[in-house]
Amino acid sequence: MSDALLSVRNLTTAFATESGRTIAVDDVSFDVRAGEAVGLIGESGSGKSVAALSILGLLPTPPARVLAGSAVFEGRDLLQMPAKELRRIRGKRIGMIFQEPMTSLNPVFPIGEQIAESLRLHERIGNEAARKRAIALLDRVGIPSASRRLDDYPHQLSGGMRQRVMIAIALACDPKLLIADEPTTALDVTVQAQLLDLLNDLRRETGMAMLLITHNMGVIAEFADRVVVMYSGRVAEEAPIETLFDAPRHPYTQGLLGATPTLAQTEARLRTIPGSLPDPAAPPPGCRFAPRCSFADAECSAARPAEISLAVGHRAACRRTDATKNWQAA
Amino acid sequence: MLAFAIKRLLHTIPILAIVSLIAFGMIKLVPGDPAVVMGGTNATAAEIDQIRRNLGLDQPFHVQLGAFYWNLLHGDLGNSLLLNVPVTSAIIERLPATLWLSAYAMLLTLIFGLATGIIAALRHNTWVDQAATTLALIGVSLPNFWLGLVMIVVFSVHLGWLPTSGFVDPAESIVGFLRTATMPAAALAMLQIGLLARITRSAMLEVLRQDYVRTARAKGLPEWVVVMKHALANAMIPIVTVVGLIFSVLISGSIVIETIFTIPGMGALLGNAILRRDYPMIQGGLLFVAAALMLLNLLADMLYAYFDPRVQVDRDG
Repeated sequence: MSDALLSVRNLTTAFATESGRTIAVDDVSFDVRAGEAVGLIGESGSGKSVAALSILGLLPTPPARVLAGSAVFEGRDLLQMPAKELRRIRGKRIGMIFQEPMTSLNPVFPIGEQIAESLRLHERIGNEAARKRAIALLDRVGIPSASRRLDDYPHQLSGGMRQRVMIAIALACDPKLLIADEPTTALDVTVQAQLLDLLNDLRRETGMAMLLITHNMGVIAEFADRVVVMYSGRVAEEAPIETLFDAPRHPYTQGLLGATPTLAQTEARLRTIPGSLPDPAAPPPGCRFAPRCSFADAECSAARPAEISLAVGHRAACRRTDATKNWQAA
Repeated sequence: MLAFAIKRLLHTIPILAIVSLIAFGMIKLVPGDPAVVMGGTNATAAEIDQIRRNLGLDQPFHVQLGAFYWNLLHGDLGNSLLLNVPVTSAIIERLPATLWLSAYAMLLTLIFGLATGIIAALRHNTWVDQAATTLALIGVSLPNFWLGLVMIVVFSVHLGWLPTSGFVDPAESIVGFLRTATMPAAALAMLQIGLLARITRSAMLEVLRQDYVRTARAKGLPEWVVVMKHALANAMIPIVTVVGLIFSVLISGSIVIETIFTIPGMGALLGNAILRRDYPMIQGGLLFVAAALMLLNLLADMLYAYFDPRVQVDRDG
């Protein structure tokens, strides 16, 4: 794991709420290697976005606070870094795109300026050069007649186009790592596919690593080399993509895969995982999935399960991995 | 933008027509014979007759109205009964002092109102925010004439730093202008500073929550660029609307303040005209102030379109 570009260890982030402190990310560890695409999957509220935002120091503090852990990127801990140095990494070494293309661009500045701004800041180039680079970037993310679009405002573009602009901003300074937080969730299905293709192409061209945050198994399947499954603020399972789909060992992952509808499925009703995500302010003791798990026994609810290494790159935080071995894909 | 400005300018014509009609009707609405009221208690019958003839009140209504508009179009607002000079020239003579004073007060409002509001928003829910909000509330609550008097007592009478009254045109002496205009402008601006600080604070708080502010931070921009460029440019949209209103309040507020500091401006002119029932002067002042406010509102609208690219200038906002 020493070849990791980004190495997150024991990350714990809490939010101060009126009823006390809520742990949103609880002792999460994972790696992203250079050039690799890692999927971070989980339901809304599982802590996946909070984990990503914690790494870049983008959570509003207060109410959020990183309580423990490290996020070592290119040999240096982002969480311990002075704000000034972290700013030199944000947008330069690590790019980020967000879920909401409609609101993530500033409505009062032309899109060209929003791209050029990053370039002027990090690459120390002049206005003219930055504009030229911005045109090239818009062209590269597939915006037609880029030079004429440069002075358009965000409201003149469609959602898909805006997300392309966001990608152009994130890629402006050739980052080593791109963090994409639900980049396609707010878009039409056809546009989703186009954007995923674009991200895949760009990754191949630039060799950058990518951390893709999503709740969509289909997106993960198309995209990731390796997947980290999160549940209620913790890592449930981590596996290479083939292993995850063929032989998942955590009951939650199995439930997620079982709940993904397929064309072969004949039942009238979609399959679901019984119960619902625990209240983050009062999580169940022990394994957080235990109340919804058909394999759980008394001990599961007593203590937090240790992470068990099942194979190279495959681990699951489950006591009953022996019992989950015989899982069959639907 | 030019077409937008011209269109808005054309819109002001019917409004001006209505305002002028009100100004004209004002004399008709005075109970009894306006000439008697204007003449005062000691006027002789001949003098009242003279006033009546001067004002054309002996003419039939439609002739009066026609003459009023005809004169208005030629820039003739009649003669002041009190000063015995044309209303237009009296106003033009007094206008600069009021404009300079209002502009100075506006500048103070913008500097201190925006700064206080931004700082309060950035230090949200801390003692700084509390202090700024409390100060803003005090500013809003203090009557400006009282503030003006207190300032005179403190800075002129006790400390002797600034003159109690008078006005020096900045074209003559900038220092003289600052010495004479700072107290009245500050007294005039205090309420508006409080108002603008509160508007700015809430606008900034709203904007700082937005996703694009997070995007700006994700780019690695320094915090001051995030705040002063990405957040403030958006917060300016609601602020500009209020600034337009603030200007109109400053102009009407100057009537009292100019009287307290004996500044030879429009405010003092109109204040006297109202007290002495100098109707032509009141009419002229009303028209002038209305026209000025419309121009300022037009300016605010144009600024609004400038700050918010989503305002469709060609479709009338």
